[in-house]
Amino acid sequence: MSEALASLPASGAGVKRRDGAAGDRIFYWIVLGCGLFVLVALLAAAISMAWGGLLAFRTFGFGFIYGTEWDPVAQKFAGLVPIYGTLVTSALAMIIGVPISLGIAVFVTEVAPRWLRGPIGGAIELLAGIPSIIYGMWGLFTFAPFMSDYVQPALIDWLGPLPVIGLLFTGAPLGIGMLTSGIVLAIMIIPYISSVMRDVFLVVPAQLKESAYALGSTRWEVVRDIVIPHTRTAVVGGIFLGLGRALGETMAVTFVLGNTHNIAISLMEPGNSIAAAIANEFTEADTDIYLSSLIALGFILFVVTFIVLAAAKLMLLRIARQKGE
Amino acid sequence: MLTRKLLSACLGAGLVAALAVSASAADITGAGSTFVYPVLSKWSADYNKQTGDKLNYQSIGSGGGIAQIKAATVDFGASDKPLEPKELSDGGFGQFPVVVGGIVPVINVKGIKSGELKLSGKVLADIYLGNVTKWNDKAIADLNPGLKLPDSQIAVVHRSDGSGTSFNWTNYFSKVNDDWKTKVGEGTAVNWPVGIGGKGNEGVAAYVTRVKDSIGYVEYAYALQNKLPYVLVQNAAGKYPKPNAESFAAAAASAEWGKAQDFYLIMTNAPGDNAWPVTATTWAIMYKEPKDASRSKAAFAFFKWALENGQKEASALDYVPLPESLVKQIEDYWTASFKG
Repeated sequence: MSEALASLPASGAGVKRRDGAAGDRIFYWIVLGCGLFVLVALLAAAISMAWGGLLAFRTFGFGFIYGTEWDPVAQKFAGLVPIYGTLVTSALAMIIGVPISLGIAVFVTEVAPRWLRGPIGGAIELLAGIPSIIYGMWGLFTFAPFMSDYVQPALIDWLGPLPVIGLLFTGAPLGIGMLTSGIVLAIMIIPYISSVMRDVFLVVPAQLKESAYALGSTRWEVVRDIVIPHTRTAVVGGIFLGLGRALGETMAVTFVLGNTHNIAISLMEPGNSIAAAIANEFTEADTDIYLSSLIALGFILFVVTFIVLAAAKLMLLRIARQKGE
Repeated sequence: MLTRKLLSACLGAGLVAALAVSASAADITGAGSTFVYPVLSKWSADYNKQTGDKLNYQSIGSGGGIAQIKAATVDFGASDKPLEPKELSDGGFGQFPVVVGGIVPVINVKGIKSGELKLSGKVLADIYLGNVTKWNDKAIADLNPGLKLPDSQIAVVHRSDGSGTSFNWTNYFSKVNDDWKTKVGEGTAVNWPVGIGGKGNEGVAAYVTRVKDSIGYVEYAYALQNKLPYVLVQNAAGKYPKPNAESFAAAAASAEWGKAQDFYLIMTNAPGDNAWPVTATTWAIMYKEPKDASRSKAAFAFFKWALENGQKEASALDYVPLPESLVKQIEDYWTASFKG
């Protein structure tokens, strides 16, 4: 039988199929290697940061997380000030950046005339390509002066006297500080969030939207009730991609945050962030405990980012369960 | 962000590989202080033209320079902060100054021109401590009779990154203000009681230019480039010299180098009549008994050339060449302390 088969021209196909199987196995191992690479890199980074920060965690204990002292001369370090600054500037960036990104994505996919969609989409992607140091220099030389001359004095005059919320807008209009950093960060993350949103909005089936329009829905209703629910997972994913970037952003923040070791309620005040502190002080960290404290800060940022991503996943799972999907 | 980091890491690795190929065995290697980088690169280009020998210097910061020489990966390390004689002898190192520069306080106060405002070291430190908070404070007014001072808050600007400039600045404060010495101390980075931090000299200069009623400190060259008004500071002799090459050189000459073991002497608050009070230097740190004597010899040949012939370039870049008496002492130190 097999001899008979071998003599048939069809046997060529059989050989080819075996080749394909071998190729598939090689392909499997290659992509498995790529997948494992991510895990190995992540684990290696986490372990090496934990290891590097071990000395600081051992010396200062839990105080390293909630203490506010950062004194390189006395060799006493604690990380609350940069942790606070990182969280506040990132939160500001999200508050400003997410609605604008949503607006951009909705405009480009639903509202804009067809000829305008290409240029705006291209502009978004080009914004993402600007190096962060450029944002930092622009923030320091152009945007901070604008803030201190026009925006901050107005905010201090209008919002400063209000109860409670006024506390956020007191102080001198230095031009640099939490608010300026938050705005610069927002501009930096808008391209990431809006391009993800635009891409997923484009794949919403046209029938769904057309049906809604046929039933007399307005554009806003279509966006709210059809487009966003349909793309929820990807939209949240895009938002957290932006948040991840804001948390770890270094150079731009370093230039406009003021790098002061200080926790203040007012958004006008300068502060510090984890990434900025590391960028500023790493080169001249001349003792083991100093270096270890900076690496420990890096580890904390890693953990914070992990918690944020985990929270996003949980949130998505809960939404999915509520909707019974 | 992540992809960009990865990309830059790949590029960096490529660059290092390219450097490793281009850096032949004969190249002199050094790493450390960013303060000396401009003059070292100028010297290196000229030296290469004259002798064919190359210098490969990486300005990674003083802390990094000390770490690199301790790991023996470079022929010399450069630091803005000298090593103590004990640390030197423990590691088998010697050190010597290379070039001198000045650090000047700069201000942005409406109506006060360059060189009009006079401050003592103590008052300057009090401003940085937050004890003196207004420009028309009595302590400032007493030093400046006749000068109209505004009734406004002083915005203090300091360096956010660890820096030899900050080290000399805080070292000076510790010498002239006991309060500063006990509360803050000296270091490349300290726990600043007040003020905002700018990254690098350019960051401080930008903040002072932008923020009204501010005071900061920068290397002399940055004060010139940014046309920032400087402040006169009372020196140890009670005089108010102008910050320039002469007063920096006077500080270097009046410092008592002869009494300092291994040139362990920080020049701030130097005693001379015309000495600028915040004058700084950078030290080169080398092994006394290097594994490879020929490499060390090449490095010495370079520094000898630089100290004797590189003065004009240093002046053009607003550094100050070492005074002749000091150059002589350094050369004696070389023959006495170093092998090869």
